Amino acid sequence: MQVNNEFKPTIVAFCCNWCSYAGADLSGTNRLNYPANVKIIRVPCSCRVNPMFILRAFQRGADGVIICGCHPGDCHYTTGNYYARRRMTLLFSMLDYLGIEKGRTRVEWVSAAEGAKFAATMNEFVETVTKLGENKRLEDLRCKN
Amino acid sequence: MQELIKAKAIELLENGTVDRVLGWKTGEFFYDLTPAVFTSREEIEKDFVYSVFSGANLSKYLVKESRKDGKVAAFLKPCDTYSFNQLLKEHRIWRDHVHVVGIACDGMCDMEKIRAYGAKGVLSVERDGDTLKLETLYGPMTMNKADAEAERCICCKSRKLVAYDEKIGEDGDVIENSGRFDMVAKLEAMTPDERYAFWQGELSKCIRCNACRNVCPACTCEKCVFDNPKSGIAQKAAVNSFEESMYHIIRAFHVASRCTDCGECSRVCPQNIPLHLLNRKFIKDINELYGEYQSGADLETRPPLMNFTQEDCEPSVVYERGGKQA
Repeated sequence: MQVNNEFKPTIVAFCCNWCSYAGADLSGTNRLNYPANVKIIRVPCSCRVNPMFILRAFQRGADGVIICGCHPGDCHYTTGNYYARRRMTLLFSMLDYLGIEKGRTRVEWVSAAEGAKFAATMNEFVETVTKLGENKRLEDLRCKN
Repeated sequence: MQELIKAKAIELLENGTVDRVLGWKTGEFFYDLTPAVFTSREEIEKDFVYSVFSGANLSKYLVKESRKDGKVAAFLKPCDTYSFNQLLKEHRIWRDHVHVVGIACDGMCDMEKIRAYGAKGVLSVERDGDTLKLETLYGPMTMNKADAEAERCICCKSRKLVAYDEKIGEDGDVIENSGRFDMVAKLEAMTPDERYAFWQGELSKCIRCNACRNVCPACTCEKCVFDNPKSGIAQKAAVNSFEESMYHIIRAFHVASRCTDCGECSRVCPQNIPLHLLNRKFIKDINELYGEYQSGADLETRPPLMNFTQEDCEPSVVYERGGKQA
């Protein structure tokens, strides 16, 4: 039997209910391809993403985390993504400061009409994370199976 | 100074301005002063201590004390007044119940530094101007106060009292270019691997005593995620050190933009982890990305993380700024 040892990263995508989740849906109905190892988690707004969610995802074995929300100015709750933008900037900077590889985390603004952008972003992100390799620095060995 | 403060405490109690006084008394050791509440002249005369080890920030204790009946007097050093202001801004302290006595401060001392200087078996430390007179098991000793100053006081950000009802001594000014971000900048200049090694070395020492959280004047939630056993990070990790990193990132993030950089977290850490470097990283980033901000300096401005502008930078800016790629 042949074992496929090729590294397939696990990607967690937090998508806001109003734009990016619909964008992901659109890329599906348009039959655009994006890797199956992207696991989408729907959140009400990009600012619902607690920094803890991101760290927890890494702890439980994610190799990359991407947060998708409405474009700044288009938030369903008017200002949610502006707050998220500041928080995520500081969190990413902190992860970099602690020596975590750059590129494992990302924020992308995807509207409900941008199915193509969603698929392209995911393809690109999976490629970046595949190059970075397995997430060793933030994983928790107890959570490995 | 101690006599002035004691006299003030007794005066305030006896003329009926306040019912309680928040100050310091000797803890387990003479250099280990703990916050204490005094209610009578006798207690103050017997136990009240103000020395070069009165580092403890009393403002957090006012959250509970100011909610009780009657008035409480608190002695606050300049850095403590910043925390006090920040707590007022968050409506955590009932201002009407507090009488703040600001005390001028020119730096507290750190027992570790005195030991590192070569003093053994220290029995007492007396300050005399710029020198410290030590009484040790092996005879008396003197050293410069500057050599014993705590790390956080060497790069003090401000000697100005920003909130007080009355003050003892003359306070100073805000200190520009205090050099408090030097160590952060040094870490930023390292490669990611070096940084990772540095933080693994430091954070793996953590015993999860939660002292940094308990002492922090910005951590005043009644319910805390770290007390929730279901959070998965409520205790010391048994297998590897990731939980410690996660705990410290989250702890620092929860106080980001509200942290006044008082340095209490590092002071109380039994493992001497430089926790202030995490808080200062956030402060430095906020200053660079969203404009200079000192929390607690006033009562009006919104903390940067509770605010935004339409022109804010995108998170990807973090990856474009200096530093080497991993």
